[in-house]
Amino acid sequence: MAKLTIDDLKKIKEKSLKETSLRYGEANIKITVHMGTCGIAAGAREVMNALMEEMAAADRQDIRVVTSGCMGMCSSEPNVTVETEGSEPIVYRDMDSNRMRQVFKRHVLLGEVQTDFALGKM
Amino acid sequence: MRELSLHILDIAENGITAGADCIHILVEEARSDDRLKIVIRDNGRGLPPEKLDKLTDPFVTTRTTRRVGLGLPLLATAAQRCNGVLTVDTKPNKGTEVTATFQYSHIDRAPMGDIAATLTMLIMGNPDIDFVYTHIIDGNDFNLDTREIKKDMHDLSLTDPMVIHHLTDSIRSSLRQLEADEVKIEKREENDGKANH
Repeated sequence: MAKLTIDDLKKIKEKSLKETSLRYGEANIKITVHMGTCGIAAGAREVMNALMEEMAAADRQDIRVVTSGCMGMCSSEPNVTVETEGSEPIVYRDMDSNRMRQVFKRHVLLGEVQTDFALGKM
Repeated sequence: MRELSLHILDIAENGITAGADCIHILVEEARSDDRLKIVIRDNGRGLPPEKLDKLTDPFVTTRTTRRVGLGLPLLATAAQRCNGVLTVDTKPNKGTEVTATFQYSHIDRAPMGDIAATLTMLIMGNPDIDFVYTHIIDGNDFNLDTREIKKDMHDLSLTDPMVIHHLTDSIRSSLRQLEADEVKIEKREENDGKANH
């Protein structure tokens, strides 16, 4: 019977511990990937994959990634909402992995809203 | 949907919306019987009886943001297209079990797709919910239980990007191993067959 063995877990844990120093602090940036049926069919999982890779590379503890359901704007899926403390949430439309990487690098890390892909403020 | 793993992601999200705290996912590939079965079971609040007979009607939904719901209808058509069926068993406050069957070799059957991505996505997006995944290929199986993993990783969060990254890798290689074992068995059987002639 194949299984994620204790050894596998230990390896994951060791690697992760090595790569993640002790982390503190509250998350003050929240990224929401909308994953209703519409989002999933339009490619939200690939967007999320790209986001997770960027997160692993950026190694920032103040960023939280969550998924949510459909928000009723299925025609512009995949939608991603970026909320930074102190400013209005920005909804991005028609995301793909490249757009996600750009939004992450420019908006999330540097604070430059990418108006080209923005659906609007909430 | 291009992949069955996307259907799994979608239906599992339904369970989460229904307030479940543990979701069981089973993929059973009975290649020798040419059947594929996918079961997604949650322990959420279940479906009201009046919704049950209209489950696969796209114009009936529990959501409030809009009037159509396509998750179950899409999976139902995907199954029916491949000589399979979709069944839903639900008990109030006990949970819901969705079962989809397919003819394994049917030309319209979508590929399984990236199961590892689906699982890690569910795990990362829903830190408070446990997932139990079982994948069986003709009797060989792979198991993943986030309750066990959490117990073992007590001081490390499963939603940490690094942990998720390594977890995706391990699941991917375990599933590849499962597939490779199966191919090996098939080849051996083929050779045995030749030897008997």
